[in-house]
Amino acid sequence: MRYLPKSDFERREMLEACGVASSEDLFSHLPEAVRLKRPLDLPPGVSEYEIIQYFRDRAAENANGYTSFLGAGVYSHFRPVLVDTVVARGEFLTSYTPYQAEISQGTLTAIFEFQTMICQLTGMDVANASMYEGSTAMAEAALMAVRVTRKGRVLVARSVHPEYREVLGVYAKPQRIPVEEFGYLADAGALDAEDLESKMDDQTAAVIVQSPNFFGIVERVKEAAEIAHRYGALVILVFTEAVSLGILEPSADADIVAGELQSFAISPCYGGPYAGIIATRDKYVRQMPGRLVGQTTDTRGNRAFCLTLATREQHIRREKATSNICTNQALIALMATVFMTVYGRRGLRELAGQNLAKAHYLASRLKPRFCGKFFNEFVTSTGDKAAEAINKALLRKKIIGGLPLGRFYPELADSVLLCATEMSERADMDAVAEAFQ
Amino acid sequence: MSIYPKNFRYTREHEWVRVDGNTVTIGITDHAQQELGDIVFVDLPKTGTRVEQGGTLGSVESVKAVSDVYAPVSGEVIEINQALATAPEKLNADPHGEAWLVKMRLSATKELERLLSAADYQAYIGAEK
Amino acid sequence: MITKVRPHLSPNERLLFERSSPGKVAYQLPKLDVPAVDPGSVLGSENVRADIEGFPEVSEVETIRHFTRLSLWNYAIDHGMYPLGSCSMKYNPRVNELVARIDGLAWAHPYQPERLAQGSMEVMARLEAALAEITGMDAVTLQPAAGAHGELTGILLIRALLEKRGNPRKKILIPDSAHGTNPATAVIAGYTVEPVRSTSAGMLDVAALEGIVDPDVAALMITNPNTLGVFEENIVCVAEILHAKGALVYMDGANMNALMGIARPGDFGVDALHLNLHKTFSTPHGGGGPGAGPVAVKKALEPFLPVPRLRRAGKKWAWDYQRKYSIGRVRAFYGNFGVFVRALAYILAHGGPGLRNVTLDAVLNANYIRKKLEAYFDLPYPAPNMHEVVFSDERQAQKGVRTGDLAKRLIDYGFHPYTVSFPLIVPGALMIEPTETESKHELDQFIDAMIAIAGEVERDPETVRAAPHGTRTSRADEVTAARKPVLRWKSA
Repeated sequence: MRYLPKSDFERREMLEACGVASSEDLFSHLPEAVRLKRPLDLPPGVSEYEIIQYFRDRAAENANGYTSFLGAGVYSHFRPVLVDTVVARGEFLTSYTPYQAEISQGTLTAIFEFQTMICQLTGMDVANASMYEGSTAMAEAALMAVRVTRKGRVLVARSVHPEYREVLGVYAKPQRIPVEEFGYLADAGALDAEDLESKMDDQTAAVIVQSPNFFGIVERVKEAAEIAHRYGALVILVFTEAVSLGILEPSADADIVAGELQSFAISPCYGGPYAGIIATRDKYVRQMPGRLVGQTTDTRGNRAFCLTLATREQHIRREKATSNICTNQALIALMATVFMTVYGRRGLRELAGQNLAKAHYLASRLKPRFCGKFFNEFVTSTGDKAAEAINKALLRKKIIGGLPLGRFYPELADSVLLCATEMSERADMDAVAEAFQ
Repeated sequence: MSIYPKNFRYTREHEWVRVDGNTVTIGITDHAQQELGDIVFVDLPKTGTRVEQGGTLGSVESVKAVSDVYAPVSGEVIEINQALATAPEKLNADPHGEAWLVKMRLSATKELERLLSAADYQAYIGAEK
Repeated sequence: MITKVRPHLSPNERLLFERSSPGKVAYQLPKLDVPAVDPGSVLGSENVRADIEGFPEVSEVETIRHFTRLSLWNYAIDHGMYPLGSCSMKYNPRVNELVARIDGLAWAHPYQPERLAQGSMEVMARLEAALAEITGMDAVTLQPAAGAHGELTGILLIRALLEKRGNPRKKILIPDSAHGTNPATAVIAGYTVEPVRSTSAGMLDVAALEGIVDPDVAALMITNPNTLGVFEENIVCVAEILHAKGALVYMDGANMNALMGIARPGDFGVDALHLNLHKTFSTPHGGGGPGAGPVAVKKALEPFLPVPRLRRAGKKWAWDYQRKYSIGRVRAFYGNFGVFVRALAYILAHGGPGLRNVTLDAVLNANYIRKKLEAYFDLPYPAPNMHEVVFSDERQAQKGVRTGDLAKRLIDYGFHPYTVSFPLIVPGALMIEPTETESKHELDQFIDAMIAIAGEVERDPETVRAAPHGTRTSRADEVTAARKPVLRWKSA
């Protein structure tokens, strides 16, 4: 087998050194009852050529050559070539978590740069080295708020991504943290502050809002924060479309930011792997989950980086840890780091501006359902037509239309969520608009 | 000469207690700071917190270890050593003096009887080794 | 003598922010084919940021040099052996990277119509089936993002089953040799943790276990082989003890590399386990992730698996969201699909017989190291070991040299350290897992390095204590890093 680097001759030498006749003998201590007495029912191994062919065939069964207007937490953005060039380097790809600082300065330095750029984008003081993805980052942020405030209840806006809310419920339930939802305004598509106020109490640990929210609307974070803070709750601000950070003013009112970086050169890849982040204020850093890289010096006085504040983590604090997270998404966070570097201070804003222009062009040819201000996604009603019929017609033109919302919001069964990015071309947008006519 | 003051009482969790009327001052022992190594962070309760004997008062952290601090007696926390927030290294330098952790108002004097004398504590850590 | 490496120049490199200068760019966007809009007027001027203060401004060539220079400061499997115990740092086949980037797979949106995602769904179905066969379990969910996430999922499944039976119970039993994620997981899943002692043979103490399994125990979380690399020979009996009291057995599958084609958890009494695709199934660690932590379960737990589940609808795959007893979802979408592609590519490459050979070689390598080093290092648990071997620093400690020092000295010899100071039941542990993808030559060099270091400890312990000497960065001041955390760059 090509991944096993020993010849039979070498194996025999090693077996001899071990004092056994065959590799099987090394298992002789296993009780008879636990042994598998037949070969695994899997076909024999295949060549590299056959592996490539197998996956090309599977890829051919997926959408190929389609233009997509799907967003809803996963966005089609161009991936600069440098991203894969960097992450394909074996030094990054095939290294472990940088516990041994002396021979991991590459990963550690890149994470320190990542943490810094996430702070610059979100306006927070400190960001961790990554979480699995956005929904678990949000759930972990909620648990963090419960630890910080020592209160036990969480309120989440219905305009937060529905799957994120489901995950929150799963994380909160075994810890007996009640999670309640507050609504959105039927006209604006933004959170309903009155509904929030009516559900607040002094036992509320966190109020969770997303901006731009699931409908693409720039959320009323300030209003929500004013209410939350009055009751001593923390504000958790969630984002799923990281490109929006290039143009939207970071919130001065958020206590914790939890988000998804998929937009930063991370392939949609049928749902993962992506990279989540948690960022917060300095004063909450010791309640933060996940790895952190800090700057220090080595014994020769040179700048060096190392993992730090590790006493929060499971390998040290075990059952008292802030989270059970161990493996994170380092390589994916590196993709985002390269992406942020390539676009940089000017480019990210220009990129966000193009997204804004494309989405507003598409919206100008359709009628957005909500009057709230939006970034690169918006909800539109399908009118007399069924959403499925419109999408079916678009598929014939090799266009994947918007996401029908009935599955998540019964009251929006006649609506779809459309997303346009810098990769959406005018002709395709015109075709989408026509399908609604 | 022993570094463990004779007028202190000690616990098996490596804490010391200095009694001053109704008030006790609590810290960790020199042995505890040595075992932990360089101390990087001290987490202390808010003043006004009430704890039972054996309850958790806070924790002391080194780079790769965390040690909980248990209340050697029951009572109310009346003062915490603010200086440790910015200078946790004092716990390595002067654990029996400047780097005390908290002061508590004692609620049951009898509990003091269960604590160890300096000689008993030294015998205890000698045996532990 | 150090033979594997010799010094090599490595470039210095400033941080991106220090390299940055106004006006430099590394990007060019296509010409906008729609009218530009004024951000202030469509978003509201109060919502528009003026600038991203401090964000880098560098050119394309500087970007590639920056990250290439940083990469040169890393050790990696591609450089050599990476003997971290419990981490299974094996070769990451490159064809896996290629197939994960095929457009039709990489650009699939999780919400694209099912009939246009059949290829992705087939990949997932095939991987689920292969993992079920390898573990001897009845059903698999691929949703969890990493091992610890899989643990959480598994314990929530157990909780859901017990709840349905009328009582979720209170405690999870965890051996003192367990990974830290195990107790952390149990607590997040709403349980308290009760430790179970190991015997002097390095196995679970069955008598002690029998005494503590009461009606409050929900499950035992066991690692098998355990973190000493020792197979829990009483596992069938252990499972019977738990099952007799209505409790379940969860297995941390981190060490599955020792069992493929040899023994299956499903055949020795395990009710649920997670696998680490980034360990056993060769997907790259990438400096800390991504991983994937599929969970395999027995029939009784299947109704509780996270939604959605793959379902056969005629000749097509479909997502089934209507699962009455499901615990819900543990993350958005379906899992780390890109990792699944790589893991399935690995399974296809080896096939059934090949996976068994993986385990045979992994165990042979660990035993070879043990045989060659046991004269030089203390072996606290002499039971037969599987894919990893755990020594202690007892002999070297007498010269004032601890496991962490030996590990750092190994760096000077051109190797990544083994796992230091774990498992906790071995004071001063050296936990060594070579994996199957090390050649005899590389193993011999490692062995020679360890023996040479053992000799240095006798003659010149100070050299070992101050190691590493040959790296561009010497030991970092972790104490100051923790006392005065600097977690982001700030301009001077």
